[in-house]
Amino acid sequence: MRAMLRVFPPLTLCLFLLPVAAGLLGTALPAFGIMPGGGGAAGLAPWRDLWATPGLGRSVALSLGIGLGSAALSLGLALLIAAGAQGTRLMTWSRRALAPLLAVPHVAVALGLAFLLAPSGWLVRLVSPWATGWTLPPDLATAPDPWGLGAALALTVKETPYLLLMLLAALAQVRADRAVTVARSLGHGPLAAWGRAVLPRVTPLIRLPVYAVLAYSLSVVDVALVLAPGTPGPLAVEVVRWLGDPDPAVRMKGAAGALLLTALVAGVIVAWRLAEIALGRLARGWLTAGPRLGGRGALKGPERACRPVRNRFRAGVQPPPGTTVVRADRVRWRLALAAALPVVLVVTLAVAGMALWSVAAAWFWPAPWPSALTLETWARHLAGSPWPLWTTVTVALAATGLALALALGSLEHERARGLTPGRASEWMLYAPLLVPQAGFLFGVQALAALARLDGTWLAVVWGHLLFVLPYVFLALADPHRRLDPRWRRTAHGLGAGRWRVLLRVVLPLLLRPLLFAAAIGFAVSVAQYLPTLFLGAGRHPTLTTEAVALSAGGDRRLIGVHVFLQSALPLLVFALALALPAWRFRHRRGLRAGEVGA
Amino acid sequence: MTLVLEAVTIRLGARPLVGPLSLTVAAGETVTVMGPSGSGKSTLLDAATGALAPAFRLFGRVLLEGRDLSGLPPERRRIGILFQDPMLFPHLSVGENLAFGIPRGVSRRDRRARVESALDEAELSGMGRRDPATLSGGQAARAALMRVLLAEPRALLLDEPFSRLDTALRDRVRGFVFAHIAARGLPTLLVTHDPEDARGRIVHLSAGERSASGGEEPC
Repeated sequence: MRAMLRVFPPLTLCLFLLPVAAGLLGTALPAFGIMPGGGGAAGLAPWRDLWATPGLGRSVALSLGIGLGSAALSLGLALLIAAGAQGTRLMTWSRRALAPLLAVPHVAVALGLAFLLAPSGWLVRLVSPWATGWTLPPDLATAPDPWGLGAALALTVKETPYLLLMLLAALAQVRADRAVTVARSLGHGPLAAWGRAVLPRVTPLIRLPVYAVLAYSLSVVDVALVLAPGTPGPLAVEVVRWLGDPDPAVRMKGAAGALLLTALVAGVIVAWRLAEIALGRLARGWLTAGPRLGGRGALKGPERACRPVRNRFRAGVQPPPGTTVVRADRVRWRLALAAALPVVLVVTLAVAGMALWSVAAAWFWPAPWPSALTLETWARHLAGSPWPLWTTVTVALAATGLALALALGSLEHERARGLTPGRASEWMLYAPLLVPQAGFLFGVQALAALARLDGTWLAVVWGHLLFVLPYVFLALADPHRRLDPRWRRTAHGLGAGRWRVLLRVVLPLLLRPLLFAAAIGFAVSVAQYLPTLFLGAGRHPTLTTEAVALSAGGDRRLIGVHVFLQSALPLLVFALALALPAWRFRHRRGLRAGEVGA
Repeated sequence: MTLVLEAVTIRLGARPLVGPLSLTVAAGETVTVMGPSGSGKSTLLDAATGALAPAFRLFGRVLLEGRDLSGLPPERRRIGILFQDPMLFPHLSVGENLAFGIPRGVSRRDRRARVESALDEAELSGMGRRDPATLSGGQAARAALMRVLLAEPRALLLDEPFSRLDTALRDRVRGFVFAHIAARGLPTLLVTHDPEDARGRIVHLSAGERSASGGEEPC
């Protein structure tokens, strides 16, 4: 088995890093006039075409605005929730809300938002005409709006839960609760304590996830197609449009655009890092400054001397009512609630609105609810085109299964060899998430064509695997590495060989994280748009590609069916991932907490 | 049944961690290895079970019943190990835990009979279907020992096995463990930092070197 394990890291890299590198190359060559297999004259013509494209500046500006705005906003919200809700019941609720929020695909939220925000949308219907006086939908461009605000909002509400999930893992690693208790006992307020004692330590830990969010938001296509302005659209949308053009010259211009997009993402990440360093320098004075004694609600006069003592009391479980203690904690709790609630509300309303449309018989403006409900749309759709649903499920299951096997094999290899995971391996894992999809999938498609795989189901699975594997690996790595090595030693000492130890001891002990990783992988696969499009060559439509295609037509009932299915499938898998171990181990108290650590 | 360490030296990179240590543990005998934390006690046990982390290098030989164990995977060395935690698999019942190490080829009926009699021996009669998480500390410690013994080991290693138990329980569990070891005549290596747990000959490890007290084997 040891020999077999050795296969995994190179195999993982081949399936994984090679395509990214080859994909970038396969995109770079056409950008300089060389079409793989198609000839063409080498030169800078594609770049000249690109610079001459009218509206290029506006495309870049839109991408920057949507990407930077949503990434900064979601990071801010996630930090506010993590800092403000730490140790409160709100944190328990937030944790519970994470899985379903992560499960809903980006484009489902975008399509739901399109209905919420449209001039004839749900929000306007709920207040018209009694409050607004509008008897006709107002003549405003709200979905899409000219600045891409809707797209930024959709990205924000989707990225906030992801960043919060990453933050929570980082917080556990640095034992944030104890750091805050110590800082507060030294006299710092709750948020100041968090900012001084925790933030500097979690920042490096969530750097890569933040970069991944930046890269994703800057280069997102499906959400932008639904909610961003179209003439011209954000750079990624334009690039994908050009890459799909029948004219080779336009495709080469698209390749140049894809490189520009990659450079844009790289530049933004570098700028973000520089800004982070600058902020860190500026904040140094603040970080080491002592607590404010004369602040609002502070004890005055001779009592000042005993303030640190009072504050130690603050950090305790039961602060006495009516003191400043309660006020400071109430403020941070409210801030966290103000950050968390809109995220949950927007996603819930977006999905609920479309779910309602899918069963609406008639829903005329400005009625707030459909006048009658019917399952006719569902029956018509499922009878007419069940294939996208089938493809979605089979591709997601195959990609997730492969990803689980690869991740587990690599982790077992790492353990058997006593390797300690380094920073380099983490960067490699993140590579497909840091390079814009539009920047290398065109090259991957060319690679698949060379292998005569393009347009096959297998190619689609492989395309999804590129994005499923990093998430599955990240979700599984921590629990796997934390597993007490004495479990294996005990089992070996009882005469169990490697396979038996893996199957009878390690996998059951890791069942919970394994299934959770699988659920994340499944959700990631269901949400993939560009990989399905590029590698499936349009022959393997999924719910996501169908939904995006439908968004242009505006049949809200049919979009509703897709949004509901798209959200319900991953939700169902998440529910199973939580319920299965709970049921399987219902008589095993030692596993109920889900943690088998030291 | 004899467990022999022959000039065992363990290095971490260039740094010598343990040894050279030569030691013969006769059948039914217990030898205690003592030392402060960081002196390589647990690493020595890892070397004997074959679970040494790849960063360490082992020189010398470990022999069991005259057979050189070098190169044998942990599961084929027939060396049982008990940790300070009972390490009963939380996903299996108490009975399934006990049956885990019974060698292949034993008939289903025979397996059940062995588990039942082991449960009786450990005063756990009728608890075979219980969740291990519901056992008391003493019950779990006894179940862990019975699980090791059912795997028919040829030698036993104890890694601070009593340090998590409270004093009242400790004497009883210790008595139970050593009575069973003596009854089966197993050579036993015990590592601990607690003089109270020590028994038999005592070998002291200090960081990087070894000093002997008591009747250490002349080699």
